[in-house]
Amino acid sequence: MTETNNRKLLQGNQATALGALAAGCRFFAGYPITPSTEIAETMALELPKVGGRFIQMEDEIASISAIIGASVAGAKSMTATSGPGFSLMQEGLGYAYMAEVPCVTVNVMRGGPSTGLPTKVAQADVMQAKWGTHGDYFPIVLCPSSVKDCFDITVKAFNLAEKYRNPVIVLSDEVIGHMREIVVLPDPSTLQLIERKKPNVPPEWYKHFQITADFTSPMASFGQGYRFHLTGLTHDERGFPTSNSETIAAKLDKLKLKIERHVDDIVECRQYQCEDANIVLFAYGSVARAARQAVIESRKKRLRVGLFQPVTLWPFPEEQLRRMTQKAKLVIVAELNQGQMIGDVRRVCKDKIRVIGLNRYDGELITPEQILNLIKEDH
Amino acid sequence: MADTIRPKKEKAAVEESLFTSGHRACAGCGEALGAKLVMDAAGPDTIVATSTGCLEVFSTPYPESAWRMPWIHSLFENSSAVASGVEVALKALGRKGNTKIIAQGGDGGTADIGIGCLSGMLERGHEILYVCYDNEAYMNTGVQRSGLTPFDAHTTTSPSGKISFGNQRPKKTLLDIAAAHNIPYAATASVAYPADLQRKVKKALATPGPTFIHLHVPCPLGWGYKAELTLEIARIAIDTGLFPLVEIEWGKVTRVRKITKDKKPVEEYLKPQSRFRHLFASEDGKKELAKIQAIADANIAKYGLV
Repeated sequence: MTETNNRKLLQGNQATALGALAAGCRFFAGYPITPSTEIAETMALELPKVGGRFIQMEDEIASISAIIGASVAGAKSMTATSGPGFSLMQEGLGYAYMAEVPCVTVNVMRGGPSTGLPTKVAQADVMQAKWGTHGDYFPIVLCPSSVKDCFDITVKAFNLAEKYRNPVIVLSDEVIGHMREIVVLPDPSTLQLIERKKPNVPPEWYKHFQITADFTSPMASFGQGYRFHLTGLTHDERGFPTSNSETIAAKLDKLKLKIERHVDDIVECRQYQCEDANIVLFAYGSVARAARQAVIESRKKRLRVGLFQPVTLWPFPEEQLRRMTQKAKLVIVAELNQGQMIGDVRRVCKDKIRVIGLNRYDGELITPEQILNLIKEDH
Repeated sequence: MADTIRPKKEKAAVEESLFTSGHRACAGCGEALGAKLVMDAAGPDTIVATSTGCLEVFSTPYPESAWRMPWIHSLFENSSAVASGVEVALKALGRKGNTKIIAQGGDGGTADIGIGCLSGMLERGHEILYVCYDNEAYMNTGVQRSGLTPFDAHTTTSPSGKISFGNQRPKKTLLDIAAAHNIPYAATASVAYPADLQRKVKKALATPGPTFIHLHVPCPLGWGYKAELTLEIARIAIDTGLFPLVEIEWGKVTRVRKITKDKKPVEEYLKPQSRFRHLFASEDGKKELAKIQAIADANIAKYGLV
């Protein structure tokens, strides 16, 4: 297929759906909610064409539960929602972390709390994506900043979910989800797709939560001859509930280590002119676009400004940020909330670098001018 | 002297509805008409909890409200739970008096995401009237199917095409679900018959205990018909047997609206609506029409409508 055939004018939400299909997603369960509904609508149209299934659920609690069930049955599965629905999904997400069920949840962020601003942009679910459900767990959270990103990052989300048997969250936002850009989609046959590890032992030896060298256990599906016990209760390697303190600690260590030991594999960051920058902009999602423009404008004025853009928000890209701020005297964290990622940026920069926030939470985007004005004020 | 001062005679004003005009509903909106009729039947001494949905959005654009009574927007699923709290607190504070409480939501907010909270409200026996405004899909988010979307209707999440005739499941029997809680009064109603609707609202509010009204409210935008046809569409839904008008008290059907003289084939209802257009485009569509006629006939037989 030639490149021109793959040139498409797409909305971010459509690209997310197409990315999921290209990654092998064959099951989608969802519930209508602005500004994510186009993902469900696209899946409703496209999934039957590739032999997949779309079902509309009665709410978001049911949606996250259905994709857990589908994943355990062996299908790559996804749901999509926005803030209020993401809140309802937290219980199900907790189960998926505990039972180590690979699945992808897209949250197209809108203003909150509660019903908030259904049609306006925000980035205020960043901490909810990390801490939304109770207990210790280690989410993988990815953040697109363009229509093409919506496609690529959704593919990556499925790969990471399958590789680490973990739920993966894609934090898109209203601007990214609804904007349209011309994109060239890759030929699906050229994509590198990762499938979950399958057991290679006789069924009687199989342990669904076996602690392996990389802490990720092979995963059998229902109906393949392997017996296993699945529960949200803290369990041993076979999946049975336990109150043995050593087993409990081993399970929670496993959840932690399978992510922590592979941070370098999971984390993706972008940097733009950070090498010599004494002012580093920290921005993600839709704000990263304005920040990049601010860097371009600043460089014209011979200001040494750079952009650090985490694509992986969680686990937090500590090492990468440290490397990219070696010459920095100031880090400006620009985000569409009252200051969420800035806490972790401060933790990494400690007292060595001044960290200030540029926050907007009125439903509008941060503009390059706002960033430039802040840079000017500081000079 | 003060007692000789008489109030000035005011010009007789047009009596204003408790659900005032000036809201942002589409032309021909059945739900707006329904809300106006329900509120005016309930009267001013009424507290209203409304779920997320079209009704909430078009009636409360900043900085205006169409509600001339105490009104609260709940979340999507829980107007019945919020109303439960209001009712119990008023009783506990000794302020309930004759104040009436209405919880309401759309078809999605009632039959899908809100059915758990509704069931709890009915089971606990609160003195609340729940009104479900059924426009048969999620209209606020752009026409996605709900549990009350009729069989074979096209929506954006039940698209019709080569491999599908649209929504593959029949409409949930919401009235039966509510009545199965053995509540004193459950009824269906339609904006096609305003007097009948208002009588039912008054009856429900005069009945002690939880009561329920399933109100059929056509949506020109989502169903794809001309805005001036709302009442006609609503009427034909009843005359075909697709939306029977029924009252159930303590689990027993006590009253139905007969359609003996008016009975119409389902095609008359389906044809003016673009959500059913695909059924008239092929030979296979005729088989589907027969299935929908069977649904209507089953309703007619179930409630003895002819």
